[in-house]
Amino acid sequence: MKNNQIGMSLIVKTVTRLTVGLMLVYGIYIVLQGHISPGGGFAGGVIIALSFIQLMLAFGKGAVLKKLGREKCIFLSGLAAFVFLLLAVRGFVARHALGFQEGHSGIFSAGLIPFCDIAVSILVASGLFVIFLALVLLTEEQE
Amino acid sequence: MELHLILLFMIIAGIVAVEARDLISSVISLSAAGLGLCLAFLILKAPNLAITQLVVEILCVIILIRATINKDLPLVRDGRWLFNTISTVLFVVCFLAFAYFALKELPNFGEPIMRVSGEYIANSLEKTGSSNIVTAIALNFRGYDALGEAAVLFAAIIGVLAITRKSGRVNEK
Amino acid sequence: MSLYFLCFVLFCVGLYCVLRKRNIIKIIIGLAIIEYAVNLFFILAGYRTNGRAPILAKDQEVLNMVDPLSQAVVLTTIVIGMAVTVVAVSLAIRIYEKYGTFDITKIRRLRG
Repeated sequence: MKNNQIGMSLIVKTVTRLTVGLMLVYGIYIVLQGHISPGGGFAGGVIIALSFIQLMLAFGKGAVLKKLGREKCIFLSGLAAFVFLLLAVRGFVARHALGFQEGHSGIFSAGLIPFCDIAVSILVASGLFVIFLALVLLTEEQE
Repeated sequence: MELHLILLFMIIAGIVAVEARDLISSVISLSAAGLGLCLAFLILKAPNLAITQLVVEILCVIILIRATINKDLPLVRDGRWLFNTISTVLFVVCFLAFAYFALKELPNFGEPIMRVSGEYIANSLEKTGSSNIVTAIALNFRGYDALGEAAVLFAAIIGVLAITRKSGRVNEK
Repeated sequence: MSLYFLCFVLFCVGLYCVLRKRNIIKIIIGLAIIEYAVNLFFILAGYRTNGRAPILAKDQEVLNMVDPLSQAVVLTTIVIGMAVTVVAVSLAIRIYEKYGTFDITKIRRLRG
């Protein structure tokens, strides 16, 4: 943790290159089939956040902060919370149902649940990544 | 039978986490207790919760280790240690005695009274169209609870960003 | 019945840690143990012997499932418990930065 610009050892970096894409895809998979199989938005969002945290722990903070900085993540989490709020208020004032309504037990079914899952997962993922960034950068300033 | 063993394992891991000397050992046995809880959720037929508990507990342990490494504290025993310990143990024993009498009033283990859940299970497929009943309850029948949870998460994010802000530290020494 | 009692014993282990320890990180660990015990108690209360997981497969009857309402409630509770732990840890880091110690008795005496 002293020379965090370099990151961790070579074994960790090689394994991270192989597995971090798989973790991201697995997280998205768990979010999208939340209404068919066990899973849902909250667990999938945490898995997506864990894949970014793994990238940052292995390669140092420079590798991730260029693409996905602090301001972008805060904006994303606010946007996802706002979209979820809009869906909830619309369900409160409207008369008819919105969302997928064809067939049963396919992936395009179950009304508004897939949209709510996606909004919640983006909120959880970007929020947890921002929290990790804030705590890690704070502890680094002390050393 | 397996549930008794897993609960005993969690209790022992909890006692080790409470009494260990350095902080890293405590955090690692807390992680063992969390994994035992994930196994218990699987045995109690709750796969949704097992996935969520596993990943949330991994994240909590990462944040605990990452934030508190190199900051240990030696144990100090000042006066009135014996009185404090004995009074706390007496309080805990009283609490457990009252809990034993209260737990007799619950229905037997394995026979729940599912008055509301019976209707949720019967109407879930035709009213919501989703096969996962737990997600249908948490996001459709009780969707506003999920909105409250998103609000709490958002407040926690803002709280952490406000606590660890740099511009508030004017005079340090 | 003995399962409920073991769950309460786990709750009391966490409660003893919150009451007696002087290090803030140990108090946060006790809080996490209390949270595990409460979630487990909810799911224990909703279990049906020889029940099935509450997921409908294709063309299957809906009888004999465990209670899904308590699982939906605990799903929310696990995520909120994580939020509480994260905020408490960030407070603890701030306290260490300001006072130089994690000891709760010394925090009362120093001014700064």
